[in-house]
Amino acid sequence: MKAMKLVVTVVGVDRVGIIAGVANTLAAHNVNIESINQTILDGMFNMIMMCEMKDGNNLATVQEALAQEGQKLGVEVRAQHADIFLSMHRIG
Amino acid sequence: MLSIENILETNRMISDNKLDVRTITMGISLLECASSDGKVLCQRIYDRITKEAEHLVSVGQDLERELGVPIVHKRISVTPISLVAAGSDLKTYVPVAEALDKAAKAVGVNFVGGFSALVTKGYTKSDHILIESLPEALATTDIVCSSVGVGSTKAGVNMDAVEEMGRVVKETARLTADQDALGCAKLVIFCNPVEDNPFMAGAFHGVTEGDTTINVGVSGPGVVKHALEAVKGQPFDVVAETIKRTAFKITRVGQLVAQEASKRLGKQFGIVDLSLAPTAAIGDSVAHVLEEMGISSCGAHGTTAALALLNDAVKKGGLMASSHVGGLSGAFIPVSEDKGMIDAATAGSLSLEKLEAMTCVCSVGLDMIAIPGDTTAEMISAIIADEAAIGMINNKTTAVRLVPVPGKKVGDMVEFGGLLGYAPVMSVGTYEASDFIHRGGRIPAPVRSLTN
Repeated sequence: MKAMKLVVTVVGVDRVGIIAGVANTLAAHNVNIESINQTILDGMFNMIMMCEMKDGNNLATVQEALAQEGQKLGVEVRAQHADIFLSMHRIG
Repeated sequence: MLSIENILETNRMISDNKLDVRTITMGISLLECASSDGKVLCQRIYDRITKEAEHLVSVGQDLERELGVPIVHKRISVTPISLVAAGSDLKTYVPVAEALDKAAKAVGVNFVGGFSALVTKGYTKSDHILIESLPEALATTDIVCSSVGVGSTKAGVNMDAVEEMGRVVKETARLTADQDALGCAKLVIFCNPVEDNPFMAGAFHGVTEGDTTINVGVSGPGVVKHALEAVKGQPFDVVAETIKRTAFKITRVGQLVAQEASKRLGKQFGIVDLSLAPTAAIGDSVAHVLEEMGISSCGAHGTTAALALLNDAVKKGGLMASSHVGGLSGAFIPVSEDKGMIDAATAGSLSLEKLEAMTCVCSVGLDMIAIPGDTTAEMISAIIADEAAIGMINNKTTAVRLVPVPGKKVGDMVEFGGLLGYAPVMSVGTYEASDFIHRGGRIPAPVRSLTN
C-alpha cells in the first residue's frame, strides 16, 4: 500500500488554538501536513490541510482522534481521501 | 492543485445537498448453480452468493469512511431465477426466493434482485413456475426483489403476461395486506428491461454479463436543485449547462466508487448508472428540481418539458464522467420515494395520467404509486399495457410498480418505510378495459424493431 493523500477540513467558529490542536493530533498519528490553506468565509473559520498518511496507519483511528479534537475546539473536522475531490474537480 | 472552494463545494454537496452513492450492486451469475435437485440448487445459490459477496458490505463501508460520502445501499443482483431453476425438479420457486433472502441477509446487503422472468415474447415452463410463485415468494421473504419483462421493442408486448401480471400484483397485495401491500413494492414489470441495472426492485444480472460485476448507482437531485437556485430566471441554455456540469461532478464520484469497489473486491467494473435517484427526505427530490425550473407544482403543464430537459442534460453531463455508462441512466420519478412528488400528488397537481406522459421522456415509468385496493386486476393490466407500449414504441425502458393497497381509498396515506417512503393513494381511471386485456396473444413488434 502506498501512502494515502488526505484532505483534512476544519470548519467552525474561529478561536485560539484550532490550527495547533488539529496539527498536534495529526502529528501524534504520524500524519504529515503538506500544505495549509486557511480563510474566513461567511464569518466562519475554514481550513484545508493537504496531508500524507504513511503506510500502516489506520484512517478510522485518525478520523476518530480528529473528531474528538474537533469537539474540544468546537469545530467540525473531517479527514477524507483526496481522490473524491480530485475526481470531481480535475480531469486527467 | 485543489482550491479551498473545490473542497468546500464537494463537502457542501454531501452534507447540505444530500449527495450520496445510492448503491453498489454486485451482479452475480448463478448459471453455474443449476441442478436437477431443487435442494442442491438452493444450497449452491446460498453458497455462491455468500462466497462472492462476502466482503461487499465491508468494502462499501471502508469506501464510505475514506471518501466521506455516504454509500446508502449495498445490493446483489443475480441471474433471472427462471433460467437458473429451469432444470430443477421444483414445482414452486419459493424455496429459491428463501435461499436468496437468507444469503443476502447473511452477507448484510439491503436487497437482492433477480427473482425474475423474461417473457417478452413467450413463456417457458420455468417462467410459468416463477410467475406463479411470485406472490408467495414476495410475501414470505423480506429483501428479495422481483421483475418480469413483458415486452420489448424487438419482440412486441406479450399480452398474456400483461394479463397475468395484473392478477399477480393483486394477489401479492392480498398476501401482504397487513404491511400495506409491501410485496408489490418489490415487484417491477418491465418493457425493454436492462441487464446491468443496479437499482431495485428491477435489478437482475443478465446472461450477457460476466461471472460477477460491480455496478454503481449515483444519486443527487438535491445537488442539481442547489445548482439551479443560482441561475434563477435565466434561459434554458443556462439551465441545461448547469445541470450538465453538476451531473458530471456527481457521476465522477460514482465512477470513483465503482472503480475502487471493483478493485478491492476483485470483480469486473460494470457500469455507472446516471439516474438521479430521489428519496422521501427533504432536499432530495427530482420534483423539486422541476419546480426550481419554474413549475409551480410538479405535474402542472410544462412538467414533461422540464423533465425532458433534466433527463437529457443529466446524461450529457454524466457520459464523459464515466468510462462505462449503463443501467437505466435517467431521472427517476417514483412517487412515494420523492418528497416533491408526494406533496404534488397530495395537492392534486400530479395525476397518474401526467406521470404516464412524464415516463415518455425520462427513466423507467409508473413507479411506487399507491392506488386504491379495489382496483381490478384488469385495470392494472391495462395500465401495464399502456406503459409497455410507450417503452416498445420509443425504444426505451419503461416499468410499472403499482401498489394496490387493500382497504385504502384515494387520498389515504400509505407508509412503506425506509427508502420506499410514503405516498397518498392516487386515483386510477374509472372505465374498464377488461375485454381488451382478455384478448391475450401478442402485440406485434413495431416497425422500428426492423433495423437490420
